[in-house]
Amino acid sequence: MPQKKINPTRTPMPEQPAKERIRNFNEVTHGYSEEMAVNEAIRCLQCARPTCIQGCPVNIDIPRFLAHVANQEFQDAIDVIKKTNCLPAITGRVCPQENQCEGVCVLAKKYEPVAIGRVERFVADWEAEHGKPAAVNPAKPSGKKAAVIGAGPAGLTAAADLAKKGHQVTVFEALHKAGGVLSYGIPDFRLPTDVVRREVDYVTSLGVEIKKDFVVGMAATIDELLEEYDAIFIGTGAGLPWFLGLPGENLGGVYSANEYLTRSNLMKAYLFPKYDTPIAIGERVITIGGGNTAMDAARTALRLGARDSIIVYRRSKAEMPARAEEVEHAGQEGVQFHFLTSPVAYHGQKGRVQSLECIKNELGEPDASGRRRPVPVEGSNFQIEADVIIVAIGQSPSPIIAKTTQIDTGKGGILLVDKETMKTSKKGVFAGGDIITGGATVILAMGQAKIAAAAMDEYLRTGIWEKAEEADTESA
Amino acid sequence: MYRIIHKEILSESVKLFIVEAPVVARKARAGQFVIVRNDEYGERIPLTIADYDSEAGTITLIFQEVGKSTMQMGTFEVGDSYENIAGPLGHATEIENYGKVVMVGGGVGIAPIFPITRALKQAGNQVISIIGARSKELLFWEGRMQEYSDELIVCTDDGSAGRKALVTEPLKEVLEANRDAAKVWAIGPAIMMKFTCLTTKPFNVPTIVSLNTVMVDGTGMCGGCRVAMEGGARFVCVDGPEFDGHIVDWDILLERMSFYRSEEQLATKQWLDHQCKLDKAAEAAE
Ligand SMILES: Cc1cc2nc3c(=O)[nH]c(=O)nc-3n(C[C@H](O)[C@H](O)[C@H](O)COP(=O)(O)OP(=O)(O)OC[C@H]3O[C@@H](n4cnc5c(N)ncnc54)[C@H](O)[C@@H]3O)c2cc1C
Ligand code: FES
Repeated sequence: MPQKKINPTRTPMPEQPAKERIRNFNEVTHGYSEEMAVNEAIRCLQCARPTCIQGCPVNIDIPRFLAHVANQEFQDAIDVIKKTNCLPAITGRVCPQENQCEGVCVLAKKYEPVAIGRVERFVADWEAEHGKPAAVNPAKPSGKKAAVIGAGPAGLTAAADLAKKGHQVTVFEALHKAGGVLSYGIPDFRLPTDVVRREVDYVTSLGVEIKKDFVVGMAATIDELLEEYDAIFIGTGAGLPWFLGLPGENLGGVYSANEYLTRSNLMKAYLFPKYDTPIAIGERVITIGGGNTAMDAARTALRLGARDSIIVYRRSKAEMPARAEEVEHAGQEGVQFHFLTSPVAYHGQKGRVQSLECIKNELGEPDASGRRRPVPVEGSNFQIEADVIIVAIGQSPSPIIAKTTQIDTGKGGILLVDKETMKTSKKGVFAGGDIITGGATVILAMGQAKIAAAAMDEYLRTGIWEKAEEADTESA
Repeated sequence: MYRIIHKEILSESVKLFIVEAPVVARKARAGQFVIVRNDEYGERIPLTIADYDSEAGTITLIFQEVGKSTMQMGTFEVGDSYENIAGPLGHATEIENYGKVVMVGGGVGIAPIFPITRALKQAGNQVISIIGARSKELLFWEGRMQEYSDELIVCTDDGSAGRKALVTEPLKEVLEANRDAAKVWAIGPAIMMKFTCLTTKPFNVPTIVSLNTVMVDGTGMCGGCRVAMEGGARFVCVDGPEFDGHIVDWDILLERMSFYRSEEQLATKQWLDHQCKLDKAAEAAE
């Protein structure tokens, strides 16, 4: 390979200045220009044995698409990506690349890794603007009908793959809008509504029908759907928000992150009263937690008009599960962090919250997750004033489906599946995404949906359902 | 789209719609609810399924105009459509032959108490019903309630119809006279349900209330509908909407329900101003 001089630093991402962006819900980052994308793509070493592909949960042929970008063959680049990833405009924006492809990039040993996610996003956006309309080659109709429950990334991916194989697919979605967490959870400033709509439109362009306002388990059970459909994919996510169970948690002004973000994103409460749904605009807002959800809530609070937005997290910065970029952006925007701090009680008056009582922690021995356990320091209690407090400590699958059909579940209500095929314990029923893992990532949900769709296609064609009794009994 | 095929004005501020919603109608049972959205700007509002016809694919919705969204809904006419209706949601009422039951419906709560009353009567119960409202203009469905009750007591706060009393007054007398009452159902404003539960408590009669809290999704996804009760908070949309009223923390519930009062007032004022302008424009055009 000819020696080339590698730029040690990645091409910076153009973005709205922090001062400006905390006053709007527009996307923080503008995305690369063609020139920037090419400059970044040529940093790729084109390794003979690339590690990045294994780092990608859907095994995108990363060096290939980067080589195309380097040659300004953007259409070819997107075609390579779309072979294994049907939602690149989304994953380019929200994947935790630092733990995946970019984390294992060989360049990272010496320099900054190639900004793979940013280039991925560039080609996806380029396609939306300039690309040829996605060639829809309708497969020969198989005569089989598949139902997909939930229109999140898992459901949309499964639906697209099944439609491409010629099956007639109907998606049942509980809410009035498709997208799952992409629509109700992740804010517009990180993932604009239009990007999600574009991807949903692509899926429907394949002939997939999306039935909204349809809560499976209530409007029809899985067993009833099985009378009409030959196979079912369950991708209902992990929508049940956890609370801390501390005194005062039912005071007004205490929200789950799901409620706060749903009001703001899905219901557009930030445009109240043009939109009917209200949201409490706090002066001082505390968000409890250290994941993407917590960052999204704390940054939304600023944009809604909070003077102070404070994160309370029980471990230290190094243990925060949020994407590195989100933590950085939150810091730039003025979000304040209280690390090694745990809430013990909410205090308020006349039904409204006024402060959060916290206790300081020290890091002790590593716990089951391998992270050092926070140990409370006795007598270190203190109060932080706040008129809105958002609980963003995680979520688990909603029990509606499992309660209304006979299906094996594991810890926290996840559905148990055979990891090779995503088959559940129920004949004809597959599952993937957060419903089988608990809260995870968009790309993992998509990866599982792809495995499921391939196994479903086989089942639909052959009618053979073996190994059902071996359904994985371990929880993820 | 969910088309309105029939509209009725039940009282001054209470309206009834029959709406096409075949998916809901097929599965609906007494005690369940739907989430509706007026239009693309609309909030998600829970409404009890007051009646349903699975063959015709329709459901009956009854609402009181209390704020912007319900006032806007009140302007819908036959042929107009809701943007969204999702359901049926929540648990259905457990209908059995309990023996003797007492039904209490206050204001717009008369609407949801009716299908439960009918179902309980049809299941063989002896039914004593008490319905009440602030005044005569706000009362409705005395006839329907009469049809499925062995005894019906009507009262109003101002005495303009039936007895001049709050529902709790006749309720106490009924319980004193009927020590064998097996169960009480109470649906109405939260404050009425609270006092109904305080009234039934000394008699030790299990009292079922149907809570109508603030909701967003209605599927257990946000926790906005949570209500403090003995044994911890519960989500009204998936654990309810019916609960044992004696374990509900009514004071926290009442406070949570008024949390968005100033926002509601703002939205209502804007809506009324807007309607007023429309009326003026229409007058000017004439
Ligand atoms: C605020 C927030 C920020 C996040 N940020 C990131 C990020 O930056 N990067 C990342 O990779 N991941 C992120 N995640 C995680 C990621 O969004 C999820 O892992 C992913 O969305 C899971 O996809 P899914 O399809 O399994 O479920 P979901 O996206 O949850 O979709 C499930 C869908 O099913 C519907 N549904 C549920 N029950 C029923 C039913 N009974 N009948 C019909 N429909 C039903 C739901 O309404 C929903 O639309 C974030 C999560 C949150 C909450
Ligand atoms: S309304 Fe959201 S959980 Fe009940």
